[in-house]
Order: sequence, then C-alpha cells, then structure tokens
Amino acid sequence: MERKTKVHAENGKQDILITREFDLPVDLLFKAYIEPEIVEQWMGTKVLKLENRSHGGWEFETTDPAGNKHGFSGVIHEFVHGSKITRTFEMLNSDFGPQLEFLEFEKCSGTRSRLSMHVIYRSVTIRDQVLKLPFEYGVNMAHDRLQEILSKLI
Amino acid sequence: MELRRDVFQAIADPTRRAIIMLLAIQALTPSAIAQEFDSSRQTISRHIKILTECELLEKDQRGREIYYQLNPQKLKGVAEFIEPFRKMWDDRFNKLEDIMKDYQSKK
Repeated sequence: MERKTKVHAENGKQDILITREFDLPVDLLFKAYIEPEIVEQWMGTKVLKLENRSHGGWEFETTDPAGNKHGFSGVIHEFVHGSKITRTFEMLNSDFGPQLEFLEFEKCSGTRSRLSMHVIYRSVTIRDQVLKLPFEYGVNMAHDRLQEILSKLI
Repeated sequence: MELRRDVFQAIADPTRRAIIMLLAIQALTPSAIAQEFDSSRQTISRHIKILTECELLEKDQRGREIYYQLNPQKLKGVAEFIEPFRKMWDDRFNKLEDIMKDYQSKK
C-alpha cells in the first residue's frame, strides 16, 4: 500500500514536514484551502473567519462527539494566491502555544499538484507532544469504548 | 470500492498479534502456523491473508513449500508513534481530494 501523505520529523528537532501529492490541478487544491464551505467539509470544522490575504486572520471552531467546542485561530502572515500561505496556528485552551506554518502549493502537471506544509513549534517537547496527540486520542477512544461496554455489563 | 487494509487494523486482532509473535522467532509454513492455534485452518489462512495484504508478512518460496516471514520494516512503522498523526493527515487529504474531484465534475 502506497503512503500518499509523508510526515518527516527528525529526532530532537522542533519542526515537521508534511508532504502530499494530489490528483488535482493546483488551483483546485488551493481552492480547498480558501473557500470556507470547502474547508469546513474536509477539515470537519466550522469556519468563523477566513481572511485570505497577507495580514489577515482566521478562526475555526470544532465540536467533539461529546458536544464540547474547541477553538483554533491564527494570523495569515503572507498570502500569495495559488502558491503560498504562511500562517500561525493555535489550539485555544491548550498549553502548546502558536505554531508557524509554511504552506506551499506546487503544480506537478496539468492534473496533479503537490502540497508541502512545514510546521515549526516553539520547542522540541511541544512538537513531540503535538505529534502524539492523535495517538493518545486513539488510545483514549479505545479505553472509553471499553468502559462503555463494561458499564453496560455491570 | 477499494478495500483499504491498514496496519493498525491488522494488529488490532489478538490472533493476528499472536501470529506476528510466532513469526518473529522464525519463518513458518501456513500449516505450521495453524498447528499453534485451536482455530480452523481457514480462519488462520484468513488472518495470514490480511497480514500479507498490509505487508506485515512476506512469502518466501522454498522448493515446494511457502514460508511466511515477518517484514520488520513494516512493523517498525507501526511502532512509531508518528503513524496516527500521519494517518490523520492522510485521511483529511483523501477527503479533500474526493471533495474537489466531485466539485470538478459538477462544474
């Protein structure tokens, strides 16, 4: 099975590189990042604000299965239509603080494109914690399900 | 629809984890593997098939016998805590690609 999305994270460094090739022309790939209705669909979030320009800002809000709302926001440092977005990203009510993201959109052919997302965290420790989040979430989910089953048996 | 087997799904099953442990020591034929379990030959073959599909096991033809051996490279990938993070982004990007293909065909 081919791994389409690659994550490169070196030990002891405070950044990660996420790359992905898409079977889409670059303008459509870019559109998926700037049209609020489309962002909402693939990111599974509500878009409260998305100012696609240099010195603009953005705000997302997601609702977890338990109904809790989580906010995400940042500022757009540089916006170059069709090729580049440099922005900050912060998960509100967390201890991680903001991270800096460099998004580059490249044309591979008329029908294929490539995205590279270079993310820089404040420290190596924070980077490693963020990387472990989905892993811990998965473990917790499995644990919750187990508890749910057990509570029904008792 | 294409069936996507992923490594995490494969190792979620206790019998499949036991097969992996068994093959970590040495390569074995399907019948030698089946002898170690109470389950039927067919059940064990199905587990071997799933493990092979996600490349955790490799076939090694030795004369007339087929031996299964562990693919340590793939197993190493599972051990890395980064995999769930990668998978989260892979799922998101797959969704993005599907949505935009739909969008393109509607235009």
